[in-house]
Amino acid sequence: MIHINEQQVSLSGEHSIAELAEKFKPDSDIFIVNGYPADRLTTVSDGDRCVFIKKGETPAPEEFQAMLTARHTPGIQEKIRKARVAVLGLGGLGSAVAAALAKIGIGKMLLSDYDVVEPSNLNRQQYFTDQIGMLKTRALRENLLRMNPFLTLELIEEELTENSLPSFFHDVDVLVECFDSSQMKAATLRSVLTRMTKVSYIGSSGMAGYASNNSIVTKMLQPGIYMVGDDISEARPGQGLMAPRVGIAAHHQANQVLRLIVGEEERRRDEHTA
Amino acid sequence: MNILLNGQEKECTDGSTVLELLASLKLTPESVVVEHNHEILQPEAYTAAELAENDQVEIIRFVGGG
Repeated sequence: MIHINEQQVSLSGEHSIAELAEKFKPDSDIFIVNGYPADRLTTVSDGDRCVFIKKGETPAPEEFQAMLTARHTPGIQEKIRKARVAVLGLGGLGSAVAAALAKIGIGKMLLSDYDVVEPSNLNRQQYFTDQIGMLKTRALRENLLRMNPFLTLELIEEELTENSLPSFFHDVDVLVECFDSSQMKAATLRSVLTRMTKVSYIGSSGMAGYASNNSIVTKMLQPGIYMVGDDISEARPGQGLMAPRVGIAAHHQANQVLRLIVGEEERRRDEHTA
Repeated sequence: MNILLNGQEKECTDGSTVLELLASLKLTPESVVVEHNHEILQPEAYTAAELAENDQVEIIRFVGGG
């Protein structure tokens, strides 16, 4: 059995890539065997996994899923594909968290912001100059779907409050707090602790400026409740938010989402709720 | 009297409230989450929440930016 673009093909003996490509995807010009690039003369046999790609062509959904599975290993990808993650605030943190999760093929993302893309956002946020004036939700959806066309995205475009949060997010696996305002950050954690008892949380505090990379940390407050940042670097005049350090914090958050999803770290437990 | 603030002993005035504690720590009430004896307080409760000897208080502070 040989896997070609995630289809099982019953073949015995050895076969060259050229021969299989001719038969199964004649216009392909990039060949991946067991996760590594290969040339036309490479031979494959029972148990090998081949992906044949035509440059510039959008792969079919099952091919795309197969490529992610080959990259991430099957058990892991299944968990990623089933996860539901909310990203609250689509600024420097949120847009980068969403991009990282889109690339690994997260199952479903709820993207929340009520603001539009402004010129001052472009020093750190994952938008383009021709998207200035667009709602961030719409602009980010457009960008994420170019990275991974098979995402399921839900957009929430209203201003959220401590009281309205649970109605949108009570059934996600992980909520990633990426707000700018310290008041909304605090309100979100309160809401998660008191009213979303099954939702794991990854908050953020302190990532402005260009202080050390290594002062950005991920801390557990209690199982399933995590905080990313250095605790002190507030955004203020003279200490602005900039792509590199905000990106470090965003990717701490994204990797923490992944760690929770695959079971490396504890998710929320009901008995810990207040 | 002494309370346990984020796991550390802290001396504060008898009968002081959570709001007064936050003020003494120069913290903005709207930018923190306060757990008083394992109960999350809503900000409007800070004025009435009186501290007693050996109370456990956890304060999580947020700074702006994201």
